[in-house]
Amino acid sequence: MELALQIRGLEKTYGNGFKALKGIDLDVKQGDFFALLGPNGAGKSTTLGIVTSLVNKTDGSVSVFGHNIDSDLTQAKLCMGIVPQEFNFNFFEKVEDIVVTQAGYYGIPSSIAKERAEHYLKALGLWDKRDNRARQLSGGMKRRLMIARALVHNPKLLILDEPTAGVDIELRRSMWEFLTKINEEGTTIILTTHYLEEAESLCRNIAIIDQGEIIQNSSMKSLLAKLNNETFILDLDRDLKSLPDLDGLEARLVDEHTLEVDLPKGHGLNSVFAQLTAQNIAVLSMRNKANRLEELFVELVEHKGAK
Amino acid sequence: MNGNLLWVAFSTIVVKEVRRFTRIWVQTLIPPAITMTLYFIIFGNLVGSRIGEMDGFDYMQFIVPGLIMMSVITNSYGNVVSSFFGTKFQRHIEELLVAPVPNWVILAGYVIGGVARGLAVGFIVTLLSLFFTDLTLAHPFVTLSILFLTAVVFSLGGFINAIYANSFDDIAVVPTFILTPLTYLGGVFYSISLLPEFWQGVSQLNPILYMVNTFRYGILGVSDIDVTFAFGMIILFIAVLGGFALHLLNTGKGIRS
Repeated sequence: MELALQIRGLEKTYGNGFKALKGIDLDVKQGDFFALLGPNGAGKSTTLGIVTSLVNKTDGSVSVFGHNIDSDLTQAKLCMGIVPQEFNFNFFEKVEDIVVTQAGYYGIPSSIAKERAEHYLKALGLWDKRDNRARQLSGGMKRRLMIARALVHNPKLLILDEPTAGVDIELRRSMWEFLTKINEEGTTIILTTHYLEEAESLCRNIAIIDQGEIIQNSSMKSLLAKLNNETFILDLDRDLKSLPDLDGLEARLVDEHTLEVDLPKGHGLNSVFAQLTAQNIAVLSMRNKANRLEELFVELVEHKGAK
Repeated sequence: MNGNLLWVAFSTIVVKEVRRFTRIWVQTLIPPAITMTLYFIIFGNLVGSRIGEMDGFDYMQFIVPGLIMMSVITNSYGNVVSSFFGTKFQRHIEELLVAPVPNWVILAGYVIGGVARGLAVGFIVTLLSLFFTDLTLAHPFVTLSILFLTAVVFSLGGFINAIYANSFDDIAVVPTFILTPLTYLGGVFYSISLLPEFWQGVSQLNPILYMVNTFRYGILGVSDIDVTFAFGMIILFIAVLGGFALHLLNTGKGIRS
């Protein structure tokens, strides 16, 4: 299968001597929904900046759908749409003008650009705001405007740098639905995010970058399979003064009627319920304590930092 | 991108630029009209009536070409420097940088945007001047071509200034400390033949003198300098400034990390 993005030996040293990327390799397959994760300052935005030609690389190569950005930048750019982390449109322009103007930069004539702007602004719930100045939009609307702008030339690869930062839950979920839909329709998506739940539920493959190096690159499924423990929170029907006996399982009382239990990989929940029932303790409800990917992420990054 | 796509990209930038300065017409088109009307009334009418003739023309007729040219220079420069710096400052330059628009198209788009504002203001000032004096074009081709080329030179200057600028203060430095003195000393209000020989020589180092005098030649048919030489010099300026601006864009100076 053709690669949507191929990065080899990518290095970036800024003018102040800071080495942001230390020779990373990365492949993203066509049609993938790919997460690029990492702590702040890890090199995510620098990587995406180089791919989208906003940042000059120091060394290495980048190809987008087979078009090398050094020798065939125009074709590479035609394949990509970018939704940056910061708002980067003219706040004094009208919403529709921003999208139509961006289409013009890709050589799309005005009549077609207007049709596409209407399509994407409607799809993202902004059509009613088309005559508003961009500064009048809410934060979530501004993010959606940047998505519409990035899609107006129908790119094969959409790159989103923290697209849901500061967006409320309801809007975030509607953006997830939209992104899933365009991914199913064939658009390859690369996503950076600090919401690991977002990466876990949307993305099929993942790379974790830290201190300018890729420290993990695999499918989401195989990464999550590496988890050794999972923590469950149990709401109990009565107050407990002391920890119930759970046959060697790690457990803690969060408060008198809330119990946290760490279950090793492959250990079923039935035995936990059976042991609690035997002690006349009923479980009213249960949930995962933390996002599983978050646990792995912290583990990987802390391990790298300790090296 | 093929020629058609490049044309669409170029015209998109120009339309955006024209839309910008017409949207804020109270800041861009009205102030030069008011300023130049005051010049016409105070210098042309009140003071000029006591000065008498300059190079064989009454003073109002003499200063009108210079004032039109001054408007074109300051507005073409001001349009590009403020628009491109604003684009950098608000980061929507990234809209252009991620798109497959060649750098020369970006440069040409902004320059023609600056030329459009320069010429729009020049047209308004010319219309206003007709309330104060009669204008006939002695050499229409010279008049229009020097107006266009001068607007190109100063649009390029504004573009380079915007690339180097890191703050709004930086975009005011060149107009305040270089452009305004050179314009006032460029023969807008006087003929350099009035100056002592030494200062005539010094004045000839001022590029704006050539632009103002060539434009005056186009309207009145008189000039302090050689018009052919002036055209050659302006075209050289365009080549040097254009090449330098393109070099800055290609290297990403001030716009790429």
